[in-house]
Amino acid sequence: MADGANPENSAQGSGETRREFLYLTAGAMTVVGAAGAIWPMIDSMNPSADVLALSSIEVDLSPIEIGQSVTVTWRGKPVFIRRRVAEEIAIAEETPLADLPDPQTDEDRVEKPEWLVLVGVCTHLGCVPLGQKTGDKKGDYGGWFCPCHGSHYDTSGRIRKGPAPTNLEVPPYAFLTDNSIKIG
Amino acid sequence: MKKILIGFYAAALSLTSSVALASGSLIEIPKQEWSFQGTFGSYDKASLQRGFQVYKDVCSGCHSLDLVAFRNLADLGYNEDEIKAIAAEYTVEDGPNDEGEMFERNAIPADRFPAPFPNEKAAAASNGGKAPPDLSLMAKARHGGSDGDGADYIYALLTGYTDAPEEVPASTQRQFTGLFDFLSYKLFATEEEKKPIMEPLELGDLSYNEYFSGYKIAMAPPLSEDAVEYSDGTPATVEQMSADVSHFLMWAAEPKLEARKNTGVKVMIFLIIFTLVMYAAKRKVFAKVH
Amino acid sequence: MSFKTNNKVVQWVEDRLPLISMGHHTLYEYPMPKNLNYLWNFGSLAGFALVTMIVTGIILAMQYTAHVDMAFNSVERIMRDVNNGWLIRYIHMNMASFFFIAVYIHMMRGLYYGSYKAPRELLWQLGVVIFLLMMATAFMGYVLPWGQMSFWGATVITNLFSAIPVVGESIVTWLWGGFSVDNPTLNRFFALHYLLPFIIVAVVVLHIVALHTVTSNNPLGIDMKGPQDSLTFQPYYTIKDLFGLGVFLMLFAFFLFWAPNFMGHPDNYIPANPLSTPAHIVPEWYFLPFYAILRAVPDKLGGVIAMFGAIAILFVLPWLDRSKIRSCKFRPVARIFFWIFLANGLLLGWLGGQPAEEPYVALSRIATAYYFFHFLILLPIILPMIERPRELPSSIHEAVLKS
Repeated sequence: MADGANPENSAQGSGETRREFLYLTAGAMTVVGAAGAIWPMIDSMNPSADVLALSSIEVDLSPIEIGQSVTVTWRGKPVFIRRRVAEEIAIAEETPLADLPDPQTDEDRVEKPEWLVLVGVCTHLGCVPLGQKTGDKKGDYGGWFCPCHGSHYDTSGRIRKGPAPTNLEVPPYAFLTDNSIKIG
Repeated sequence: MKKILIGFYAAALSLTSSVALASGSLIEIPKQEWSFQGTFGSYDKASLQRGFQVYKDVCSGCHSLDLVAFRNLADLGYNEDEIKAIAAEYTVEDGPNDEGEMFERNAIPADRFPAPFPNEKAAAASNGGKAPPDLSLMAKARHGGSDGDGADYIYALLTGYTDAPEEVPASTQRQFTGLFDFLSYKLFATEEEKKPIMEPLELGDLSYNEYFSGYKIAMAPPLSEDAVEYSDGTPATVEQMSADVSHFLMWAAEPKLEARKNTGVKVMIFLIIFTLVMYAAKRKVFAKVH
Repeated sequence: MSFKTNNKVVQWVEDRLPLISMGHHTLYEYPMPKNLNYLWNFGSLAGFALVTMIVTGIILAMQYTAHVDMAFNSVERIMRDVNNGWLIRYIHMNMASFFFIAVYIHMMRGLYYGSYKAPRELLWQLGVVIFLLMMATAFMGYVLPWGQMSFWGATVITNLFSAIPVVGESIVTWLWGGFSVDNPTLNRFFALHYLLPFIIVAVVVLHIVALHTVTSNNPLGIDMKGPQDSLTFQPYYTIKDLFGLGVFLMLFAFFLFWAPNFMGHPDNYIPANPLSTPAHIVPEWYFLPFYAILRAVPDKLGGVIAMFGAIAILFVLPWLDRSKIRSCKFRPVARIFFWIFLANGLLLGWLGGQPAEEPYVALSRIATAYYFFHFLILLPIILPMIERPRELPSSIHEAVLKS
């Protein structure tokens, strides 16, 4: 097969610079255009407006009695809300930091000591720990127990035993009134 | 290049109008001027807010707006607190709760407008057997393919409740038996023979509307002078309310119109430069080819 | 063709898998006739359209729900809530039309310059296969938004198969996966709409392999005889294709940003309702000529045969046109009939959008008859008798110098 001739091969001089410049500009324009077209597609995979609109929820706490736990769904994940009894609060507050794999005081983990709000996802590999229902196994420390790989959490949701590296996450939340919170 | 573009533009526009005319119907929808038309068109927020008021006070009694959420009202110029307040005026069904029952609660911005009837059958039953259509896409679902055509249609329909004539053009006009029949009609028919075939108008329970296909519409004239009291003091004439609600429904159907035109202008500028650079490079490269 | 480089890694790969030399050959040194006009841009434009459709389509598929109760609203969610969703969907909608525009011009160019003649018969036939696959893909894609036109278009087109004697009804039931167009139909159309574009890509690869074996035709319709007749692909045709792309995209952007629904139908913004047929069902514009042929024949099976025949006839075109001269430039009579054929095709397209009544039916019959007359009688029988071709230039180089 015959290769094409290239009459420009012999071209020299000032035309050369102008041609190089045009090539560079043409190449740059093509790259910019392609990038500008690809970005909206990539961005479309980010959370959409209807998803973002539900990224914060309001929870009414008034029906929850002392010692009771409820689970609500926030951003597709379970959120544990426990109204702790005085004894649980006392244990959580008195635990020495030295005993904790991920040291954190109970005070840092609550807005009001009576209310503990946690993202109910084990920090090991993402299972949902047991301990919300009355019959559940609560682990060796009276908090939560993850059945997947045996992580034990205490009454402040802190990791005490097992493979999980960190304490259960506390979601961003604020009290709107004494009896309602906004999560997210 | 600019000439070519203008040429495209003109060609496309003339194509639009000829297609609109060719679409068969004897009813021609009059064109209106809308702020959202044209190269840089955008919505008129004051008109959108008034149109929303017309929808809320009049249309929403029968027509749903399923695809629009309260949070979308931010496009109309409302702030977050105003939207929360508007949403709170509505109740929506939620649930089931822990007892397994559905319950009612105040709407939040993330909710969509609740429909006036629980389902289509109920809507039909309460409205003489025909469910009032959802209005979310009305401005794109009835007429034409250009921005503004649908709003023109809604405006025409709302202002088209005139006194009923004795007779209207029949839905089936003259049928030709073949090509020769058609040609002889085109060439030799008298003016009298070319007039549309009329039929007497029998309204029954329906209303006459000069822009509705078939001229008989189940919806009674929805707007009357001062049907709403505009909070901005604009006099609420039927024309004003029709224009505002048409504007609002165009927004409801095409909420991204402004983003579309803004992006379009930027993309077009880029493409013009891109094409000019490529043209110069192409000229340069081919200059020595003989 | 062998490729040498100083980079050891690149050379190592190259010695085992000659990707770079293939790319180098295809996009760099591949010799193109030097006299190509702008009609030769539409192949690469069609390729660009295909890639755009696949990329936007994959993104849309991530947000779309193929279920009769949710499809319509999931499309509206894309239009309203998904970031840039309106842009991506409008690109997908409008590029479908522009894909057909590019392919139709590409085909017409092939007809005018005789690009289907020896040795390019297989190249042409692969193109017809791509065209058929495109039509199937576009049809199924139009069903997915589940609007009124989606539903009734799907109902009408699938019912075509009921014209087949004896097994027709069973085939239609099989196509639907039920007794009407319903959820199973929508699901399989989605699956196939996602699959077929990749089959198109495969056939496009074959199309290009065939092209590179026989090289491009050109406006003169004579073969390249040496380097003096050709130009390398890079930089000549890369830059020319990019310029053409810029013009194409400007026209596209006009529709995309200022009239995105112009080529659609308002009824498709009404959710599908199996109990109420719209007053006037029309397919998308690119099917209209074939739709007119379908309706022109008064018999159900006959109409279906005529419609598929209109495409099938393109497969045998290389043997129906018996002239050895490729380009209409040197065929004074064929050139006139080419333009008549094109006008007839446009007329068929217009007729396909008209209601099925007189005088449109009669005109459709005449235009349909002419369509087949062109391929079956004019090209093989009449033209060889009456046409005296003009003298061909001895080489491309010589003809270019003279002009």
